[in-house]
Amino acid sequence: MAKRVAIIGTGQTHHKSHRPDVNGQELINEAVKRALQDADLTMKDIDAVVIGNMDHFEGINYVDCWSVDGSGAVMKPIIKLTTGGTTGCTIAIGGYHIVASGLFDRVLVIGWEKNSESDTTGAITTAFDPVWDRLVFAGAISGLAAEAQAYMARYGATDRDGARVSVRDRKHATNNPYAQLRKEVTLEEVLASPMLADPIHLLDVCPRTDGACAIIMASEDLAVKSANKPDWIWATANRHPYSYLGDADYGRLTSMSESSKELYKKVGIREPRKEIDVIELYQPYSFAGLIWIEDMGIVGHGEGPEYVWGGNTDMGGELPINPSGGVISCNPIGATGLIRCAEAAMQVMGKAEGRQVPDVKHAISTGFGGCWWTDMILHGSEKPEY
Amino acid sequence: MTEKENIIVESGGAIQPFKYAVGMYGSKFFAELRETGKFLAVRCPRCGKTYIPPRRVCGPCFAEMTEFLEVGPGGTIGTFTILRYAFIDPETGIQKPIPYGYGFIKLDGADTLFQHYIDIQDETKVKIGARVEPVLKSVRKGTIRDIEYFRIID
Repeated sequence: MAKRVAIIGTGQTHHKSHRPDVNGQELINEAVKRALQDADLTMKDIDAVVIGNMDHFEGINYVDCWSVDGSGAVMKPIIKLTTGGTTGCTIAIGGYHIVASGLFDRVLVIGWEKNSESDTTGAITTAFDPVWDRLVFAGAISGLAAEAQAYMARYGATDRDGARVSVRDRKHATNNPYAQLRKEVTLEEVLASPMLADPIHLLDVCPRTDGACAIIMASEDLAVKSANKPDWIWATANRHPYSYLGDADYGRLTSMSESSKELYKKVGIREPRKEIDVIELYQPYSFAGLIWIEDMGIVGHGEGPEYVWGGNTDMGGELPINPSGGVISCNPIGATGLIRCAEAAMQVMGKAEGRQVPDVKHAISTGFGGCWWTDMILHGSEKPEY
Repeated sequence: MTEKENIIVESGGAIQPFKYAVGMYGSKFFAELRETGKFLAVRCPRCGKTYIPPRRVCGPCFAEMTEFLEVGPGGTIGTFTILRYAFIDPETGIQKPIPYGYGFIKLDGADTLFQHYIDIQDETKVKIGARVEPVLKSVRKGTIRDIEYFRIID
């Protein structure tokens, strides 16, 4: 029987496009110190560490070993998890599993990336099959563009619909002091920005970022004793559906629909639109803000644009999405999924300051990556009822 | 030393070649493409789905597939994009020539999509559902590059 687990502290760097003032270990250390401070703990209180990133961005393997001085993991149990773009969410799920097992009481989870150290698109391409999938593939943007084309053809959506999502997230980012890009844009500016891969404009898509994030998870007894109001993990789910890029059903994210169904079934959610208060969506480009909320069951297929245009996902709307400004405003890839988790936890804990959604009872954070993978976490302000 | 000096060390033009086995099913596909210019797919005995590239196991059924069949060479554009931004091609270490057409081709008879270049000479013809056919190299070596690109047929 799994034990109850809560997040009791979070920390992140002030994310930037380049951090030439620090190396990887120093960057990691900044986030770890902030998480410990937030939880009012020291490294002596931590039983084990989970860490992850995407090695090929830096060309240095085994961060679990070379970062121990900065991560605080010297002579402690440490495990590295890496699953591409989903890494940040996977390490949170891994940390949850480890504490829920009852074997460890307090676990530190760290995600990080220094995307400034290589060509991001070139590096992402090496995550894919060298024989079949690399010849024409151009990193994340090419696959996402193919998804957007298919969705637009199937449901009649336009690039203006996509731009509306970008306008939302970039506006939200102005409330987040940790986000890399904190400048509002207009619909016209998005549509007039350079076309990268039809129909994705420069301002539709995420930047490259240097940054790190850390969270601390605790077992039930210790979470209750914590100085913080804990963020309870209600459920997690993840799906890896394909081997090759051509296997996907372009225009639908089946890994997300399957993960969502599992998540809702585990806790008895019937109307996610009404029962979820805020979502931190791993949304690397604007069109995903239309397509994937349909796959999450927030609205029906083809209804994403109308829901977004109605202001429902803006701050103050029915279901705010990405109060942090999301991935479009900041994307240190190995940290990105964990930032979603940390931001959702901050919403539940009432610590989101200028980007706080009032009275959050349930939040969802997600991870997206690789060959159309999805990781999801359901957070709650009360202890899970099971 | 100035206080704000941030030193960056470059890795240099390091090259580390890899040698990838394409496997039993991949070898059969590439040998056939090289010798006859035909495209081989493989069908699942349980769900009946026809996969290209051919692979040994149908993932959803976890069933071994042994029935090879020819698909294409004609097909339609399943989805696509036109790449217009520059990046380093990890296959060559140099910047990839842009723009180029990136197609997910639904070869006739296949249930999955096949990635390759599509001709973008006339961009107005590049649409989901457009008919395409492959343009093959005359001297073929048994790689994905034996196909030059897919051409849009009016």
